[in-house]
Amino acid sequence: MTEEIIIAGFGGQGVLSMGKILAYSGIMQDEEVSWMPSYGPEMRGGTANVIVILSNERISSPYLKVFDTAIILNQQSMDKFQSTVKPGGVLLYDPNGITIHPTRTDIKIFQIEGNKLAVDMGNTKISNMIVLGAFLKIKPIVKLDNVIEGLKKSLPERYHHLIPLNKEAIAKGMDNLMSFKVNEPSLS
Amino acid sequence: MEVLDIIKPENQVFCKTKLMTDCPLSYCPGCGHGTAHNLTMEVIDEMGISEDTIGVAPVGCSVLAYDFMNIDMTQAAHGRAPAVATAIARTWPEKYVFTYQGDGDLAAIGTAETIHACNRGENIVIIFVNNGIYGMTGGQMAPTTLEGMKSSTSPYGRDIETMGAPLKITELIANLPGVNFVSRQSVHTHKHARKAKKAIRKAFENIKMKKGLSFVEIVSNCNSGWKMTPLESNIWMEKNMFPYFPLGDIKVDGKLK
Amino acid sequence: MSELKLMKGNEALAEATIRAGADAYFGYPITPQTEIIEYLMTEQPEKRTGMVVLQAESELAAINMVYGAASTGKKVMTSSSSPGISLKLEGISYMAGAELPGVIVNVVRGGPGLGTIQPSQADYFQSVKGGGHGDYKLYVLAPSSVQEMSDFVEDAFDIAFKYRAPVLILSDGLIGQMMEKVYLKDQKPRLTNEEVIEKYGDWAVTGKKGRERNIITSLDLQSEKMEARVRRLMKKYEKMEKEDMRFEKTLCDDADYLIVAYGSSARISQKAVELGRKKGIKIGLLRPITLFPYPKQPLFELANQVKGILSVELNAGQMVEDVRLAVEHKIPVAHFGRTGGIIHTPEEILEALEQKIIK
Repeated sequence: MTEEIIIAGFGGQGVLSMGKILAYSGIMQDEEVSWMPSYGPEMRGGTANVIVILSNERISSPYLKVFDTAIILNQQSMDKFQSTVKPGGVLLYDPNGITIHPTRTDIKIFQIEGNKLAVDMGNTKISNMIVLGAFLKIKPIVKLDNVIEGLKKSLPERYHHLIPLNKEAIAKGMDNLMSFKVNEPSLS
Repeated sequence: MEVLDIIKPENQVFCKTKLMTDCPLSYCPGCGHGTAHNLTMEVIDEMGISEDTIGVAPVGCSVLAYDFMNIDMTQAAHGRAPAVATAIARTWPEKYVFTYQGDGDLAAIGTAETIHACNRGENIVIIFVNNGIYGMTGGQMAPTTLEGMKSSTSPYGRDIETMGAPLKITELIANLPGVNFVSRQSVHTHKHARKAKKAIRKAFENIKMKKGLSFVEIVSNCNSGWKMTPLESNIWMEKNMFPYFPLGDIKVDGKLK
Repeated sequence: MSELKLMKGNEALAEATIRAGADAYFGYPITPQTEIIEYLMTEQPEKRTGMVVLQAESELAAINMVYGAASTGKKVMTSSSSPGISLKLEGISYMAGAELPGVIVNVVRGGPGLGTIQPSQADYFQSVKGGGHGDYKLYVLAPSSVQEMSDFVEDAFDIAFKYRAPVLILSDGLIGQMMEKVYLKDQKPRLTNEEVIEKYGDWAVTGKKGRERNIITSLDLQSEKMEARVRRLMKKYEKMEKEDMRFEKTLCDDADYLIVAYGSSARISQKAVELGRKKGIKIGLLRPITLFPYPKQPLFELANQVKGILSVELNAGQMVEDVRLAVEHKIPVAHFGRTGGIIHTPEEILEALEQKIIK
């Protein structure tokens, strides 16, 4: 099994940390992992993206142009990465702030209201965990227990009291995943 | 009668410190470097620290200081001696580490290294020989060349308008909190040499007491570069260099004089 | 015993430096390698092992601090990225001339000039063809994974002290910034001052206790002496070529075509090899692990087997010259690489091989 994922959004949406938790979870179940971020000026207020690969084999290239899954959290990233999903692959996105929705019909498209649900839960910082939960509902590539172990590893000890909240957020994401149907082009 | 028969220990009133090697000095006759070397080595000898001292030689006339100073020495790239000494002092805090640098090395190409080592208060001694000229390369203008002074790169005299004023680096670094002791001396008479030795001694004692950086400037002559006889150069130095670079302690025990 | 972690390449290198028993690190911030000094400052290795960490006022000062500590037989490192390495070349040349051990890390970004902060391999020439002034070479290790960022630290120190010579770890922004699993080695103790004096007292300046004084210099004003020094350096480099050249071959046994790539390009090329083989093209990969000494002989031998070679580098064509020299123009050799911080994709590499070599 090899899963090649791109996660993209604004800096501050928890893109890099979502990738990191996913990578840690992979390690917890003895997989090979790589985490390759965009870095530099892009990080400061602009878009951030990270390529995460989980595999049971040695990972060759950590840098890719096509992906099994794209997790997209803003419009710029939608514009940039929709086309990079392999045919038959998965595109998961948070519709918050998206005005031009995906149009591809050769991939599976899902929505998760990460931002909105996080507001409902009273903590906008956990929107990325809601999205992660939705992703794991589509592709259960890592066990939930391992995600929790991964969280313990990636969070400093002083944040460990937030782990139950994160767990709740993942469950929220799993429960609220929606599949998205691309509209057939109308004649008008 | 052989020379060695005359120089019997009981007949000696003065003998060269064994921390100066027998290698003939490469300095021009009349140059102050030899005396400055000798005083430094005498201090190290008298303090009994020769086995725990590491010197850093610069680029310039005194690049070969390691041929004459009979202690462990490393030779730094041009201007970088304070950085080299920083690392030695940080990794061997119990050693006595000093640099020996000229004006071009310390106050031009190595200004950043000098200022930052001083500002960090590295526990080292910097001995700065200022003769207002690049001696090694044959008499070019130095950062400390006086106004109007001729050199091969200021053949019509140093013009402040276009070349800047002679840099008083010593006064500049004396203002940095990391610097404990700053003194300006000369070695052209034995009276001056005795005072210079006292300053060098204080500087090395500061290392022992971990007081931070000590800086001893020695205003010296360069009779070859100045195109004078040794005597003329010393008279010229007293008359022209000392008013601009006045001798004496500038900072003692962290307090400006 | 080893410890499993998920780390950035830069962090893994920094942690490995502490664990290798290094005595000091001197550095200056520059993207994309600043995590090295940040990690070290946060870890406070002076509390863990007594290792000194200092932020220097410039790359020039940092490399000369390395020169200073290395003069005394201490295990010392500096790191930077391309423009900073250009500044360090003065000190690196002095270290080679004065025969000082030390490790320099270059996490390469695109150039020339201020260039870009994105990954690049455009410092190949600078690294293996001298870079600084004078007749010298650097032993150059090119990690291609976070694990190698960690492992090569100790290897680099071993080589540096074996030959009393500066060693370069040539990484790039991709390997430095990415995270992977890494097995960290156990902490090695730092040498005590007494051990340093015992091991390196025949040359290091540690204070002349119980011996004649030692002198560290790269200066020989007598030409005959300087020539003897240069010859001594050349002997070292010959010995490196005989004893410490490293490379890795992947799927070369039945290969009709060969990709030569190091560091991050080797990782991406590996994927291109996989894609090619899926299409039925038998591609092999030769990855130089040391860029000097270069794996000339293995390449020369493969030239009898494969029909052509593609040198894949994140630059405008540098290592390709060494590939051509190694195969003595017996078979076609072409270059492929992106510049400006753009990273080539496995698909692009395969396409380039098909167009330039297979045709």
